[in-house]
Amino acid sequence: MKPPAFDYEAPTSLAEALALKARHGEDARFLAGGQSLVPAMNFRLVRPAVLIDLNGVADLDHLSCSSSGALGIGALVRHARVESDREVARHQPLLVEAIREVAHPQVRNRGTLCGNLAHADPASELPAVMVALKAQLHAVSIRGERSIPAADFFQGTYTTALEPDELLARVQLEPLPTGTGTAFLELARRPGDYAMMGVAVLLQLDASGACTDARVVCCGAGDRPVASAATAAVLRAATPGSDPVALEALCEAAGAALAASIDPPGTVHVTADYQRHLAQVLAARAIAMAFGRAAAHSPRRSI
Amino acid sequence: MAARQYPIRVTVNGTEREAEVEARLLLSDFIRHRLGLTGTHVGCEHGVCGACTILHDGVPARACLLFAVQTHGHSIETVESLGTPERLHPLQAAFRACHGLQCGYCTPGILMTMKAFLEQHPDPDEAAIRKALSGNLCRCTGYQNIVAAVSRAAAMAKEGA
Ligand SMILES: Cc1cc2nc3c(=O)[nH]c(=O)nc-3n(C[C@H](O)[C@H](O)[C@H](O)COP(=O)(O)OP(=O)(O)OC[C@H]3O[C@@H](n4cnc5c(N)ncnc54)[C@H](O)[C@@H]3O)c2cc1C
Ligand code: FES
Ligand code: FES
Repeated sequence: MKPPAFDYEAPTSLAEALALKARHGEDARFLAGGQSLVPAMNFRLVRPAVLIDLNGVADLDHLSCSSSGALGIGALVRHARVESDREVARHQPLLVEAIREVAHPQVRNRGTLCGNLAHADPASELPAVMVALKAQLHAVSIRGERSIPAADFFQGTYTTALEPDELLARVQLEPLPTGTGTAFLELARRPGDYAMMGVAVLLQLDASGACTDARVVCCGAGDRPVASAATAAVLRAATPGSDPVALEALCEAAGAALAASIDPPGTVHVTADYQRHLAQVLAARAIAMAFGRAAAHSPRRSI
Repeated sequence: MAARQYPIRVTVNGTEREAEVEARLLLSDFIRHRLGLTGTHVGCEHGVCGACTILHDGVPARACLLFAVQTHGHSIETVESLGTPERLHPLQAAFRACHGLQCGYCTPGILMTMKAFLEQHPDPDEAAIRKALSGNLCRCTGYQNIVAAVSRAAAMAKEGA
């Protein structure tokens, strides 16, 4: 339960951090919050020769919000800051709702959003949320910078599109259009545990109340976030209106479509069947919540 | 080959300390074995149990998930910074009065977590206390008396103010 030996580097600039990573490649790991990396090292599941500590690179500790509501969340921005930031709450309530389900307060005080995404644990809430929000993930290296859509970033368990010399420098989130409603729901055995199943929902209603866009993404349902096109198809073009019975039927149908379209792996804590059942129930509830929130922000109201 | 040593300067409970450490030395082991401050307990060494929780620059963090070398230029506080047996910190007095501990293994981590929590939330309700306690496991008490102790400490702080 003690980590293996490694060399420690503490760069104070981004350029220095990137040069070190380019030099050491896969032998080196960036150290952000350490809330996933250090447990893995203590278990000796990973044995990096070099750790490049990002905590002294002040440029990465940056959370920006443009006048239009576009958010940029830098590599050193910790879960606790995202969770309590007013601009994030205003523009990206889905991220805040999900991040509150991540781990415990002490872990959120150190852990970072970018570190969580780079870790790419398929059970994690946040990759699913990034896919639902169509986040752009900005990777930098000494070779330059590129932007990776969240849907392409997650490539398997603990596997991302990042090259060995690349740093995930920033997450970029565009503001949600008027008439958007979101919700995140999960079930875990205890607060702070990884979810047995989690569902992120984003719905968009036009001025007539018709659903023009729907995204339903699960965590824990595969080796990466699982977006269900079948569920989105049930929701898209529906006009939920104000009839509660019709709305309930629509949400139930969407939940059933989700359960039928996923093939969850099951874990020691939860069977695949139960995961599918949870997906169905959580999705129906989350979709109902998202419709309610979308209606509260619909273009009709704001006229 | 002798492992490379890294010089660090860290403020521990208000006192500046200097040391040479191997990079892989966990902060929890540095605190216990090098500084002899054995109030910080170690349960799981992977961030789950909360027994090792200390304040890092005033913020609760797992000492088992930090390397000592990372604390260079920072300040940490451990349970030894709270009260003395003669003059208990209000949180410690409340835990004693409410029977908020049995074996005491989890207690230092809980006290440090609750110290920061009460500073930010001086008047918490029970639900908020339980949420704030979610990252600290206790095998003995069943939590009822811990929650009562934290409420008592909050009330004591208000009376004292
Ligand atoms: C008890 C406990 C419970 C937890 N529960 C949950 C949970 O319920 N849900 C959940 O999602 N997570 C959970 N976590 C994990 C937590 O969210 C971590 O904070 C997060 O996954 C990793 O962020 P970090 O900044 O700590 O990254 P680190 O641990 O520092 O790094 C993780 C990995 O990403 C790499 N990395 C870090 N930053 C970058 C970067 N900017 N660019 C490229 N690579 C980078 C590192 O090299 C490493 O391989 C839990 C952790 C603990 C200890
Ligand atoms: S010993 Fe650090 S959390 Fe358990
Ligand atoms: S008092 Fe024994 S573990 Fe909490």
